[in-house]
Amino acid sequence: MMRPGGDRVGDDRTEAAVTDPAYNFAYLDEQTKRMIRRAILKGLAVPGYQVPFASREMPMPYGWGTGGVQVTAATLTPDDTLKVIDQGADDTTNAVSIRKFFQKTAGVAVTERTADATVIQTRHRIPEHPLTEDQILVYQVPIPEPLRFLEPRETETRKMHALQDYGLMHVKLYEDIAQNGAIAKSYAYPVKVSGRYVMDPSPIPKFDNPKLDMPAIQLFGAGREQRIYAVPPYTPVVSLDFEDFPFDPSKADHACDLCGADTSYLDEVIVDDAGGRMFVCSDTDFCGERRDAGHRGAMSPPDAAVQA
Amino acid sequence: MPSAAHSFTGGFADAPRDAAEAFRSAMTVLARPGEIRTLHGALPPAPLGVAAGALLLTLCDADTSVHLAGACDRPDLRDWIGFHTGAPLVAADQADFAIGAWPDLRAAQGLRIGTAEYPDRSCTLIAELPALDAAGAALTGPGIRDTAHLSLPETAWFQANAARFPLGMDAFFTCGARVAALPRSTTIHNGG
Amino acid sequence: MYVAVKGGERAIENAHAWLDEERRGDPAFAALSLAQIREQLSLAVDRVMAEGSLYDPDLAALAIKQARGDLIEAIFLIRAYRTTLPRLGTSRPVDTGAMACDRRISATYKDAPGGQVLGPTFDYTHRLLDFKLAAEGTPAPAPAPQATARTAPTPHIAAYLQDEGLMQSEPADDTAPSDITRTPMSYPAGRAVRLQSLARADEGFTLGMAYSTQRGYGYNHAFVGELRIGRVPVEMDVPELGFAVEIGEIELTECETVNQFKGSRTSPPQFTRGYGLVFGKGERKAISMALVDRALRWEELGEDNTGAAAQDEEFVLSHGDNIQATGFLEHIKLPHYVDFQSELELVRKMRRDAGAGNTAEAAE
Repeated sequence: MMRPGGDRVGDDRTEAAVTDPAYNFAYLDEQTKRMIRRAILKGLAVPGYQVPFASREMPMPYGWGTGGVQVTAATLTPDDTLKVIDQGADDTTNAVSIRKFFQKTAGVAVTERTADATVIQTRHRIPEHPLTEDQILVYQVPIPEPLRFLEPRETETRKMHALQDYGLMHVKLYEDIAQNGAIAKSYAYPVKVSGRYVMDPSPIPKFDNPKLDMPAIQLFGAGREQRIYAVPPYTPVVSLDFEDFPFDPSKADHACDLCGADTSYLDEVIVDDAGGRMFVCSDTDFCGERRDAGHRGAMSPPDAAVQA
Repeated sequence: MPSAAHSFTGGFADAPRDAAEAFRSAMTVLARPGEIRTLHGALPPAPLGVAAGALLLTLCDADTSVHLAGACDRPDLRDWIGFHTGAPLVAADQADFAIGAWPDLRAAQGLRIGTAEYPDRSCTLIAELPALDAAGAALTGPGIRDTAHLSLPETAWFQANAARFPLGMDAFFTCGARVAALPRSTTIHNGG
Repeated sequence: MYVAVKGGERAIENAHAWLDEERRGDPAFAALSLAQIREQLSLAVDRVMAEGSLYDPDLAALAIKQARGDLIEAIFLIRAYRTTLPRLGTSRPVDTGAMACDRRISATYKDAPGGQVLGPTFDYTHRLLDFKLAAEGTPAPAPAPQATARTAPTPHIAAYLQDEGLMQSEPADDTAPSDITRTPMSYPAGRAVRLQSLARADEGFTLGMAYSTQRGYGYNHAFVGELRIGRVPVEMDVPELGFAVEIGEIELTECETVNQFKGSRTSPPQFTRGYGLVFGKGERKAISMALVDRALRWEELGEDNTGAAAQDEEFVLSHGDNIQATGFLEHIKLPHYVDFQSELELVRKMRRDAGAGNTAEAAE
């Protein structure tokens, strides 16, 4: 039976937001949002623990950000300003597609400027611009279980987390060092959260791992795998390592060829048929702001403003 | 304090927006133990205030069971929760949410603390307090930059709760329209 | 000079426009109507309803048209639509014993009450292309001969074995089953959840799993005790009326297999069964489901786990959903250049370190 504030799509739409009238605010029905919200709260209360949630089929495919989209939908208010990035860029096709989805179904303001966003949904990167207490970072997660590639069974990995039995992970990392002289993990590098749960930070490059201890709330959504987890602000997040082989958040040993930044994560781009390379910031907003501020890199085009 | 005239009133006027805003505040206070926010849009029967009512409307429905502790277990509140959320009312040991004054919640028997494999299968407390201030017990842990302070109704119970981490309960404290929270992950220091 | 790739939004819009054009095909030919798809591609419609978990032939036809005949894409459209629908109530369990059968066969008895009814089956057609169908404007086939409809319900074959004590009886259980669309999967899942999951699992996956049991991976010889296809009434309790009312009819395919069982310390030798039930006409899927269901019951029946994939509940249930599978599989088309870059750097670094080590060794 229908209740007030009930669940028929379209019955609960807000009048304030300019949304497509066929959808409830932020697409999901209220009951689904409540279920996701309860899972988010559990995730924040037990940092790094993967909370099972009854993920819904979304109008985009599993593996394309449905977990992040559901978390964002349950978190947005009509007054938010949303930024969506994929690979650090606002204009990658899937980022564009997800941003359009929320413009259409939630009517929220959108931005490409990290500093202006209140909610940022991301795939594979943490923005270079440090986030603040007033921001929320939502990660899209493909495989939330950091132990999955060591032990495929959920029934087993769940026990390992319960017993805090992470020996298998340490053995794997040490075998890497024994065989290769280094930990052969360059992204989705496992971390320990608040001294308890080993967590997959999603496939961000390990360069981003040190930023995981930040003032913003971080929420992780894995739709197909039906898991939500979280890291509250100012929570210790330690990348797993060994005393004699400390964690190394390395990146390409270059500066950005467009803005000259030497602290940002770089994409390598093949620029000619002869295999010529250049390195550019993966965070397009960061790079653009620096260039607007007059910074230049080794391969910057001749600049009218500078010449004038 | 104004209260719902009867069980059919006092709900959210604009459920998607009101619930979204209430959730953001609830999430923020749980992520930042010690922080106090104000909720709006709900008007439950006494003795619950706006904030406790808004939490119920935002988080509870037919899929969650609610326990009304002690003096909160009264017909007008039962009817209000039933009408606005459809949540089944249950004994303390089956509850997903338990709500009441702190002495009543503290006396409730068998509240769930989750299991080693599923620590999320725990009860969330909503305690209506006579006062709520960012003063008193010193808190550290996830969500807290240095140290936070919150006027907990007592410290020993919450210290014991935190000692069971990752098991344990998470608590929202409400006072009229104001809300704060204490997740099980927070360390409570004596003599704060 | 390098310019960052821009214009994702326009690229997407243009791709969608091109897709629309491709879907329509050459406009010189008449567009397909939903009625044509529903009536003439009815087995595709049935599969979309079964794996989409939504009984609505017209919507399934629309999804097939929109998906250009890609059935997994059509199933996805139906699932995404289905999840937005409100739950108004729950029907009473349907009684397949009361089915008006279009088809009903048993491989275990030469004849039984209700008879062997072949129905509209491909089984004994010779698979020769019928070029008459290629001609436009083929007249409708002459009506098939009509038998007198059976008025009495058609009893289940398994019931005869059960009456003799030779078939394991399934305990009646009125507890509400967990709903796989509303509760996250946890293991062990239990049979009610397994059956729900299998009922909408990918037909190809289920077929492959079932086939593997026939070839010895979790072997348990299955007879098709009974396969029936027909329509059953759906009833809903109306609290205001105090009784159930019929809200419609659905077509179902049901399969019960009869499997051997040696017996155990606690049970005498008897037959056991696997169960399959799907929307519409879907007998390949229903039989496959019954075989996989039976293989997954090894623990309950005290059998050995031979390590076969079809005996592994977590393996079967985690990988049978084609919407989950296709989404994750296809997501590797999305850009991964940030992660690839970090791999590049790591491999370069490791090669440098190894090179330095070799040089050092050579010097020694």
